[in-house]
Amino acid sequence: MALSGVEIFKLLPKTNCKKCGSPTCLAFAMKLAQRQASIDACPDVSEEAKKILGEASAPPIRPITFGAGEKAVKMGEETVLFRHDKKFVNPSAFAVEIKDTLSEDEIAKICQQVIDSEIDRVGQKLRIDAIMLSNVSGDAGKLEAAAKVVAAKAAVVPVIISTTNPQAAEAAVKLFADKRPILYGANTSNADAMAAIAKAHKAVLGVAANGLDELSGLTEKIKGLGVADMVLDSGARKAKEIIEHNTLIRRAAIKKGDKTVGYPVINFMQREDSLLEGLLASVGVAKYASIIVMSGIEKWKNLALFTLRQNIYTDPQVPMQVEQKIYHIGEPKPESPLFITTNFSLTYFIVSGEIENSKVASRLAVMDCEGLSVLTAWAAGKFTASKIAQFIQESGVEKDVANKELILPGYVAILSGALEEKLPGWKITVGPREANTIPAFLKTR
Amino acid sequence: MAFTAPKETYSGKVYPVTIGTGDKAVTCGGENVLPFHSFEGITPSRPVIAIEIQDVPPADWPDTVRKPYDAVSGDPVSWAKFCQDELKAKALALRLVGTHPDRENRSPADAVKTVKDVLAAVQVPLIILGSNHAEKDTSVLVAVAEAAKDKNCIIGKAQEANYKTIAAASMANNHKLIAMSELDINLSKQLNILITQMGFDKEKIITDPMCSALGYGIEYTYSVMERIRLAALTQNDVTMQQPLLGDVGMYVWKIKEASAPEADLPQWGALEERGIAWEAETAAALMIAGAGLLIMRHPRAIKEVENLIDELV
Ligand code: B12
Ligand code: SF4
Repeated sequence: MALSGVEIFKLLPKTNCKKCGSPTCLAFAMKLAQRQASIDACPDVSEEAKKILGEASAPPIRPITFGAGEKAVKMGEETVLFRHDKKFVNPSAFAVEIKDTLSEDEIAKICQQVIDSEIDRVGQKLRIDAIMLSNVSGDAGKLEAAAKVVAAKAAVVPVIISTTNPQAAEAAVKLFADKRPILYGANTSNADAMAAIAKAHKAVLGVAANGLDELSGLTEKIKGLGVADMVLDSGARKAKEIIEHNTLIRRAAIKKGDKTVGYPVINFMQREDSLLEGLLASVGVAKYASIIVMSGIEKWKNLALFTLRQNIYTDPQVPMQVEQKIYHIGEPKPESPLFITTNFSLTYFIVSGEIENSKVASRLAVMDCEGLSVLTAWAAGKFTASKIAQFIQESGVEKDVANKELILPGYVAILSGALEEKLPGWKITVGPREANTIPAFLKTR
Repeated sequence: MAFTAPKETYSGKVYPVTIGTGDKAVTCGGENVLPFHSFEGITPSRPVIAIEIQDVPPADWPDTVRKPYDAVSGDPVSWAKFCQDELKAKALALRLVGTHPDRENRSPADAVKTVKDVLAAVQVPLIILGSNHAEKDTSVLVAVAEAAKDKNCIIGKAQEANYKTIAAASMANNHKLIAMSELDINLSKQLNILITQMGFDKEKIITDPMCSALGYGIEYTYSVMERIRLAALTQNDVTMQQPLLGDVGMYVWKIKEASAPEADLPQWGALEERGIAWEAETAAALMIAGAGLLIMRHPRAIKEVENLIDELV
């Protein structure tokens, strides 16, 4: 929990020596409370006070990265319970379970599926983020053998090793040295051994508890053993309990400053029925899961889940937008068509996608409307005839086109008259309303 | 040290709204906590899913969702019976799209006949929706509200442009009413106030803050719903305590993801599953945000959302 200025003041030397640049210790304390200064500016503060202040100013949910390199997954750092208050920070990671009872070929196949899962949506690259290798065989040798396959076939993919057997854990985790795997399975009976392995191999430790009481006791104990990075499993498996536990954990961390649960949460959503599993996963995306483990990653399901995650984790104040400029689709010649639209990402990607489908090289003028869709921007007075005219004139596109013709979105046909007046010499053509009829529209021209 | 569970107590609650008559009547709402937060309050009813049927054949629905109804959707009565008897629908939503001037332009009298026939054929509660043409809806919905008198239906949708006539007709014939505004909590609140100022009972309104599909603005609907629920519960705002409607099917089954063939977009995966998942995920997310009444189309999507609800309650 953040401390108030007065609480911080009590921890300072109170000599008003001004070495920090502030006129008094109290003034400095106020700056610290507003995060406008760093405690390091005061040379005389005690180590003890530094420690208290450091802990108090740490984010309520610990930032943790697992995996390494480009595909590393960031978790934690959340500061709110509801997305309209402030952007959710680190999107839920999706992990697929690989059981160590599968054959080498089957394991390799799932690894390949994970690698191939990456798709582009509205300009973002989205993918299945991690593999969880689980020791369902109960056999340490099997886990190690399976881990070798995963390490070879999916070298870049962050890995979670799931086992409660410290010997098995050690052998498997070793294979991912320097890759910051998660070792999941520390419980009340093996915590000491598992903590030692996590420490030795720089793994994040996944804590498996039976209920919230046990969970907070376990994390305290493990922290005492010197492990700072943990992910939490309260034991919740049914949707109802998952909402309950995830909500209580998030609230305790954020509103009460309870450090014992101030860690990212891992939820196990595996179900026989892949569609139901997808629905469970969407509950996790909305309700505070940092890692969602599933058993199936079909493409149709991934697309829906990636999209939901992207939607829930967008900034509620700033719609996703693209840069204002004249985009080239294919290799437009001077006589190629010129379209105009707004810079809302969704609008841009739909329209540019359909122009691409039509296989007619084109120019697409994308105008900054603060990320609003065509009709919203029009209704908000940001996509008006005079603003469009100004944008087109300033863009310099006139030099590049043979016939000065601008194709408008059908929904704003009403602008065409005024635009013709404001852009002398230009022909304004009203295009179709829905982007999916752009290919047909281009064909009939 | 034991974990101290930070439970909330809320000052407000959501009105329970019952629709239909007899032993097939269903209730949504009634909770005094955020959706599925039964660990800190009461959640007396499950979200209700109404299956959508139409007065004219759904020729414009994509194959995936049209096919399950091909044998019955030529006639609203057999379509309604199929949903009640075979799909075990708990409620039906009859959308009178055929009355839209740009569609078949069916008359209010045609609509009345359809509504009467459907009501005579099924016992489950009925939601009666216009074609979303503000002007035409006034004449159509006034006529059907009267035709369905005392059947305790939901009539919709009343919007800023036409609420007076529709609310009056709904009130005179003892129905519930959907009040729809456009993705803005203040507009939604204002419409509820305007409708209650006419003497309409605030506990007979269902609020539709406007739906959007996954990938096409669902985050707006999600957050507006969440904010409405918080206003109702934490601020005890009596103008925001109606159950919320998610009119899911109509928004989902017109987007590209629900109809683009796998052959064109191999990275998107199987078309049929994709469409079904899209509808079910949209519904699931909105339920988590606060929707207590959902209108959906695909039988499998509906069944799977029911399975999810089983796990949530
Ligand atoms: C989500 C939404 C919002 C969001 C904003 C989202 C955003 N980033 O733009 C919020 C909640 C903020 C919002 C606010 C407002 N909104 Co609004 N909003 C919508 C909603 C539901 C969806 C818009 C959307 O995302 N569409 C998807 C994108 C992809 O569509 P698009 O950009 O139009 O692109 C399509 C086509 O136009 C075409 N296309 C695009 N470019 C081009 C180019 C060419 C050349 C061609 C041929 C085709 C083409 O292709 C695309 C796909 O087919 C619509 C209603 C609806 N269901 O459409 C109302 C809607 C656009 N909003 C409306 C209004 C009035 C407003 C407000 C003024 C009122 C209010 N509620 O406060 C404010 C204004 C905002 C402001 N800052 O002042 C009205 C506009 C009315 C009108 N006909 O003019 C609408 C239509 C709702 C309605 N029925 O009243 N809104
Ligand atoms: S440097 Fe430290 S002791 Fe000196 S005024 Fe600043 S806060 Fe006080």
